[in-house]
Amino acid sequence: MIFKFIENLGAKALYYLSDLGRMGVFLFRVLAGVFKRPFRYRAVLGQLREIGANSLGVIFFTAAFTGMVLGLQGYYTLRKFGSEGLLGSAVSLSLLREMGPVLTALMVTGRAGSAMCAEIGIMRNSEQIDALECMAVDPFRYLITPKFVAILIAVPLLTMIFNVVGICGGYLAGVKMLGVNPGAFFSGMESSVVNRDISMGIIKALVFAVLIVWICTGRGYYVDKIDGAGYGAEGVSRVTTQAVVLSSISILVWDYILTAMLL
Amino acid sequence: MTEPIIELVDVVKDFGSQRILDHVNLEIYGGRTTVIAGGSGQGKSVTLKLILGLLKPDSGAILVKGRDVTAMGRGELNELRSVFGVLFQGAALLDSLNVFDNVALPLRERTKLRREEIRDRVINTLVQLGLVGHDEKFPAQLSGGMKKRVGLARALQLQPEIMLFDEPTTGLDPEKTLEIYQLFFETQRRFGYTSVIVSHDIPKVFNLADQVVVLNGGKLVAFDRPEEIQLCEIPEIQAFVKATMGHLYHSSDLE
Amino acid sequence: MKKFNLEFVVGLFLIAGFSCFVYLALQLGEVSFFAGQKNYTLAADFDNVSGLKEGAVLEIAGVNVGKVDRVVLGENDRARVYMQLPREIVVYEDAVASVRTQGIIGDKYIRIIQGGADETLQDGDFFTETESALDIEEMVGKYIFGDL
Repeated sequence: MIFKFIENLGAKALYYLSDLGRMGVFLFRVLAGVFKRPFRYRAVLGQLREIGANSLGVIFFTAAFTGMVLGLQGYYTLRKFGSEGLLGSAVSLSLLREMGPVLTALMVTGRAGSAMCAEIGIMRNSEQIDALECMAVDPFRYLITPKFVAILIAVPLLTMIFNVVGICGGYLAGVKMLGVNPGAFFSGMESSVVNRDISMGIIKALVFAVLIVWICTGRGYYVDKIDGAGYGAEGVSRVTTQAVVLSSISILVWDYILTAMLL
Repeated sequence: MTEPIIELVDVVKDFGSQRILDHVNLEIYGGRTTVIAGGSGQGKSVTLKLILGLLKPDSGAILVKGRDVTAMGRGELNELRSVFGVLFQGAALLDSLNVFDNVALPLRERTKLRREEIRDRVINTLVQLGLVGHDEKFPAQLSGGMKKRVGLARALQLQPEIMLFDEPTTGLDPEKTLEIYQLFFETQRRFGYTSVIVSHDIPKVFNLADQVVVLNGGKLVAFDRPEEIQLCEIPEIQAFVKATMGHLYHSSDLE
Repeated sequence: MKKFNLEFVVGLFLIAGFSCFVYLALQLGEVSFFAGQKNYTLAADFDNVSGLKEGAVLEIAGVNVGKVDRVVLGENDRARVYMQLPREIVVYEDAVASVRTQGIIGDKYIRIIQGGADETLQDGDFFTETESALDIEEMVGKYIFGDL
């Protein structure tokens, strides 16, 4: 009984260790794919549309309402201390440093990350990846690297769009609806935001982008090697759920780590 | 006799605690058609993947044209793979590309041919395989038989010496099955490749076979002529033959 | 509706993204292509600027006229504060810079009380007179121990 327990524990530990190793090798091969020729420019463009342009609607709505809610919450909290004038800086700083990068990354995970994972998982299950390998086409360069490059470009840009739309949302709620002085709103914003806030947002966005593409495509790529995933459509759906949960958690964990490091 | 083009030497492959291949030896000679038969889950597809270097055996060696696949690095393996053309079970066409782009893929990625040359070659093969007018379709719009044809067209682009077919007739009705085998026969005559067919389609595939190999319980039994399999004494193989061929076996036995 | 082609859609997305980035960088950050022409820098030494942050507001008569650029440790362990003001704001030579608090919990800012001298401070000049931040703890301490 106890022996069995220890055996199971060992097997689990071995599994997680090799899983981690596999993901490490995966990331390495994706990075190596960036330098391999021919580079697939058109595939990168296609992915930019998929990840970037097609996410604009989601990002726009999320950002607008996040900004408005920040304006509302900020207003009622700051009013208690008689400093509604700080609303502009409260909204812009929370967006630039936290809400923008984190919510953008979570939205991209939900929209593009899950799709990527399922796509790669299905390709693995229907032997499309084996077929590529048999044609001596590097599946990393061919399939994953375009996604990797595209997401590294798309997420920071989406984050910037999120920030601007969010600030407009905050302005709408704070100034137009609650009557904060527009001059105070903007001057507070301009005086409190420094370059580092913006660069911090970009660094976060880049790190989150790597996390999303790494975890989502990696899970899909190894759909046949993951414990309890099983084969066929069920395996792909399980692995996709796992990928979305894992990347969302790692985004939040890394958000904390990066904030602690960069502040 | 000449050197075998593919040789499996004492190959062992386990999946978890299950032994799929148990000290298997196999020789496949150039220019001929070898059929690997056996019930499902007996390691037929695994054998193909081992030959392609997609899986590594737990022990033993796999020689392709005298070179050991198991000891190769990624670069060497890629080089060797140009020898092979593979038709996968579900044809494994890329979903995101249409028929033309799927067939053109190996030429675009592996050769430095100009656009027009690639176009000519692809159109040429599509014509030969009866796929004219389907080049704009996506794999999801094709029937099973069509997909197989496209898969074959793609596999033939780089003029392989060896064609591997993984269950080429699963999911096809009997009529289409015969059609596909007819196609294999014609293309092999035209392109002159060595072919290895994994199939459980026992009686029909015999028409193509020069050599039949039956996998059973991790062991492999080879027959030089397809007819010999029916006279085999090993009880498992007799059972397998009986199960797949039914009374066709009995009638041929009586003759 | 005809589907837009790939390059067009991606191009649109890239332009939207970059323009948002440029807006944020120029409007909110300190990156400015006209920094040299529009602003000038003044400096002041304080005994104590506790709580004063980079980016804090500069006020003259309650009007926001600029911001704190950098806070560093200067000569004699005094705090040196660099401030940025637009060209059109003139500060006289005998003006006083003092560190003040906005509201009760508000941020620290710098209040400039204009003087009446003829000469004005130029780019890179120092304030001659400064008032440090009021340290409430220290004041309370002094009161309790009877120094006041």
